[in-house]
Amino acid sequence: MYAIFGDNGAGKSTLLRVICGLARPTAGTIHIFGSRERSDFTARLGYMGHAPLLYDEMTGMENLRYFAGLYGIGDNARCQQAIVAVGLDPALTRHVGEYSQGMRQRLSLARAAIHDPEILLLDEPFSNLDPGSARAMGRLVAEMRDRSKTILVVTHQAAHLADIADESLWMAAGRIAAWERGITAADRAAASAVLS
Amino acid sequence: MKFRILAVITFLLLSYALYQGMWAAPREATMGEIQRIFYYHVPSAWTSFLCFFANFIASVVYLARRNLKADAFAVSTAEVGVVFCTVVLVTGPLWARPVWGIWWTWDARLTTTLVLWLIYVSYLILRRYSTGQATPTLAAALAIFGFIDVPIVYMSIRWWRTQHPQPVIAGGQGSGLDPRMWQAVLWNWAAFMAFAALLIWVRYRLERARQELDEAHALRAVGQAEGSFTR
Amino acid sequence: MSSLAAVTASNLRKDLRLEWRSKDAVNAMLFFALLVVVIFSFAFDPTAEESRQIAGGLVWVAFLFAAIVALNQAWMRELRNQVLDAYRVSPAPANALFLGKALGNFLFICAVEALLMPLFVVFYNLRSVGPAWQLVPVFLLGTWALVVVGTFFAAISLHTRSREVMLPLILFPISIPALLGMVEATTMVLTGIETPAFWISLLVVYDVVFTTVCLLLFETVLHAE
Repeated sequence: MYAIFGDNGAGKSTLLRVICGLARPTAGTIHIFGSRERSDFTARLGYMGHAPLLYDEMTGMENLRYFAGLYGIGDNARCQQAIVAVGLDPALTRHVGEYSQGMRQRLSLARAAIHDPEILLLDEPFSNLDPGSARAMGRLVAEMRDRSKTILVVTHQAAHLADIADESLWMAAGRIAAWERGITAADRAAASAVLS
Repeated sequence: MKFRILAVITFLLLSYALYQGMWAAPREATMGEIQRIFYYHVPSAWTSFLCFFANFIASVVYLARRNLKADAFAVSTAEVGVVFCTVVLVTGPLWARPVWGIWWTWDARLTTTLVLWLIYVSYLILRRYSTGQATPTLAAALAIFGFIDVPIVYMSIRWWRTQHPQPVIAGGQGSGLDPRMWQAVLWNWAAFMAFAALLIWVRYRLERARQELDEAHALRAVGQAEGSFTR
Repeated sequence: MSSLAAVTASNLRKDLRLEWRSKDAVNAMLFFALLVVVIFSFAFDPTAEESRQIAGGLVWVAFLFAAIVALNQAWMRELRNQVLDAYRVSPAPANALFLGKALGNFLFICAVEALLMPLFVVFYNLRSVGPAWQLVPVFLLGTWALVVVGTFFAAISLHTRSREVMLPLILFPISIPALLGMVEATTMVLTGIETPAFWISLLVVYDVVFTTVCLLLFETVLHAE
């Protein structure tokens, strides 16, 4: 699990977008699982964007059914499991537009992981969450890590990743400026300095 | 240097073609001097069609190779093509008014040329309004649609007009053309092609410079931000 | 291939469901086309015989403007919450998104046409001299011609400033032969003077050619960055 920090505009989100093929790199190439052909690895990548990437006018279950279909999964039970796994109720008939921010973020994580990808890219999973929801999100991410997935998390809030990140990367001006093991106290202080 | 040579050749050709069209070619028996506009009208039309064809090729090459040079060439040819097409659409009515007695008729060739002009103006508008790095790709896609549309437009309008009585008989001046008139047409065509090539060259260099400037700006922005990052 | 069909169907289902819940596009289209019908009637004030001559043009101009409303709406739905990104990172075929969207728009616009045709008949006292059933293929082919290129160009205009204005500017010039075909074929059926065979085959050619081009190029446009 990698935590990625950096100032606003340092290129953190862009790094994730480039990895999953939403943006083209200015120079260089991306190799994932030894291949640079997008079609070889899209099914093994999961991406949770800064925006929810969900349809507001559909229920959580309807959303997941649709997105599972994109990965060739027609299995109802699997979608229900995924919703339960992030602590939501699959029978909920409310539309996603009426969800709270915390529920929406969790459903968004369920969507990104619906096809059980080997690599997960999470863009600001803790943004706009109250402390309780953020802790819950942290636990979910830790669980995924324990199921031996490679996870890249972009965030301002180092504190939430304190115990679970294996390596941390500092980005500046579109480049990786520093690379350390674990999260140091200095990282935490610097990340909160950026926030304030 | 090559550019200057082309400029000189263009100037010489244009002068000689002017002489050919205005003095060497004989006066047309029924239409009189006004017929001489034909030496500008027809070569402009041919030139603009060739420009649009080049634009199509450049667009296909761009989509296949993602080469910005192809894109720069596509913009240049489209713009120059639209300019020559405008010349066609302006000189046409100027000639038609005294000869046919009307400015405009919805006949197959006129209408097709007008639609062609509309398509490529919409291409230039798209380029102007589209944002970011997607522009060349989107423009190339539109160019392919536009080019494929032209024969369908021509077919449909020809049928449309043969179904209704022709308001004006377009006298086939292409048929019994005096050899000296042919000569004037061909000289003018050569001159216009050289002129178009010159314009495309200038526009291409401008577009390449703009692309390189954009790239340099992007790199410099990265460099500067990096300089400031020394914690 | 089967995955293309399956994902297309699931995209279509999703679009129908979203439209059913919000009814944004259909309501706006219906009212817009209704306004055009009324305004044309003031502008031209035709007799029954005249209206038979001009109805082909009126009907299609009304539907063309209405279609622009629906086409713009169709992709806006994918931009909210940046849902389109979720599609782009998935391995699902790009053409399934395009076909689902185009079929959805086709159904919406056909529904609006079916609802508004009786109104045209009433307001303009239309009575077809030629065989009226021929209008069915003309409308199906004509609507698909508008929708397939329109859906594609709406995706192009997503990347532009003032995108809602952009769509008609790029769509109308390319659609001119299709429009000519629809209008002429409709007029011929209504007046019953000639057979619309040529125009119907023109629409078939237009539909086949541009559906192919759209399918060849859509992936490129979807991933244009």
